[in-house]
Amino acid sequence: MIEFRGVTKQFPDGTLAVKDFSLVLPSRKTTVLVGSSGSGKTTLLRMINRMVDPSSGYIEIDGEDTSHLEPVALRRRIGYVMQNSGLLPHLKVIDNVATVPVLNGVAKKQARADALHLLDTVGLDRTLADRYPSQLSGGQQQRVGVARGLAADPNILLMDEPFGAVDPIVRAELQTELIRLQRELDKTVVFVTHDIDEAFLLGDQVVILEKGGRIAQVGSPAEILAAPANEFVATFIGADKGKRALSIRNTPTGDILVDSEGRPAGVLVGETDVVAR
Amino acid sequence: MTWLLNNGELIGQLVVAHLLISLPPIILSFVISVPIGWVANRYRWSRGTLLTVLGLLYAIPSLPLFIILPLVLGTGLRDSINLVVALTLYGIALMVRTTADGLASVDPGIRQSATAVGFSERSQFFRVDLPLAGPVLLAGIRVVAVSTISLTTVGAVIGVDSLGALFTDGFQRGIAAEILTGIVLTIIIALSVDGLLVLLGRVLMPWVAVNSGRVARRELRRARGPVTA
Repeated sequence: MIEFRGVTKQFPDGTLAVKDFSLVLPSRKTTVLVGSSGSGKTTLLRMINRMVDPSSGYIEIDGEDTSHLEPVALRRRIGYVMQNSGLLPHLKVIDNVATVPVLNGVAKKQARADALHLLDTVGLDRTLADRYPSQLSGGQQQRVGVARGLAADPNILLMDEPFGAVDPIVRAELQTELIRLQRELDKTVVFVTHDIDEAFLLGDQVVILEKGGRIAQVGSPAEILAAPANEFVATFIGADKGKRALSIRNTPTGDILVDSEGRPAGVLVGETDVVAR
Repeated sequence: MTWLLNNGELIGQLVVAHLLISLPPIILSFVISVPIGWVANRYRWSRGTLLTVLGLLYAIPSLPLFIILPLVLGTGLRDSINLVVALTLYGIALMVRTTADGLASVDPGIRQSATAVGFSERSQFFRVDLPLAGPVLLAGIRVVAVSTISLTTVGAVIGVDSLGALFTDGFQRGIAAEILTGIVLTIIIALSVDGLLVLLGRVLMPWVAVNSGRVARRELRRARGPVTA
């Protein structure tokens, strides 16, 4: 469990990134921090592994105040996946994945053998092991990034807009893959994104942030959709535009779902099931 | 040509002497410049000050330096150590700025990523920053190598043996072939060391060719096969 307690972060240039932020992130669940730029979501994420230290307040991991922990050791037991993969360009894929275990003193041979298994876990072909990151597609690089994040078998996985820089088809693939991985591995995932659809897709708990890290609403996707806490949340999730208020329309080629302005938004499947509810 | 044939042994000795004088300064200026370059980037005050002061070393004329160094080091006036130290100073003058620039050129995103996964400051320097600055460092040390090998010949004026001895001797005795031999051999040594450095770079930094697309192009050519009409 990760717990923010009254955390404030003011940067040396005076920017107040986060103000008096308190939140509990339950273990073995995915919490998504979602907000536009300036909402402090990345700052919040980076405070968990002490890449950024709070100006006041503190963060507890399983009841332990992180400010008493050595930052480098703390980072090595927390997985981190970032946008544009952040892979080291001078290391082969296999050595990128093995980075953290090697830093932790695992023998190179053993770390590489484990890394090969991780490539399987994230759905990458083992033949890619000896390539350099620049020889991989964007989607493959992100998978390597996830494998690296998992290599030290951390309990916590921090993901900073990891799928932000890949095309929509690959992003959908990676999202599905992450849901599958999370089912298998059961990590405490903290995921940062500005994409509300991604937040609803991946999050067990979704935190919608306003400017300065102010929490607009916390809840499951269903709770937030069913009852947006305020105007800001309604606008952010698109409920005000009727994007989320879908109705059935009969067309000559079959029934479709349309939004409140009549634009086609999808098709209805498993109709009886819906009616039965 | 007869001069060349008659003096093979002397030339061989001078080539060896030349290498023994010029290689240590090349290695030393690299090894010394790395920590200085690190300090230059580490603190706000240090960059401008260090780079300017050390860059000015190159402005010191070599002859006065050969007189001052024995006084500072307590060596004899004709000791070859003076020459090695002088050449190292010139090497540092060239190399420090390149090192600082090379280390500063490492992508901040990659450095941040290294911090995020748990590199300590020390391991990040040796395993991330230094290798990624490698191509810039290589470019710098190639200039230092060629410049040092050429400058080594100045040692002749203080009586330190190198290919420069062929210049002084050739002038005094009016043997054009001797002077020409000195010039050509100095150039050959410079080109050979430069070539070795490039090879060393390929071996130590295999990713550079891959990332620049050179390997991809080579593989493409191979796949197409030999072009015949």
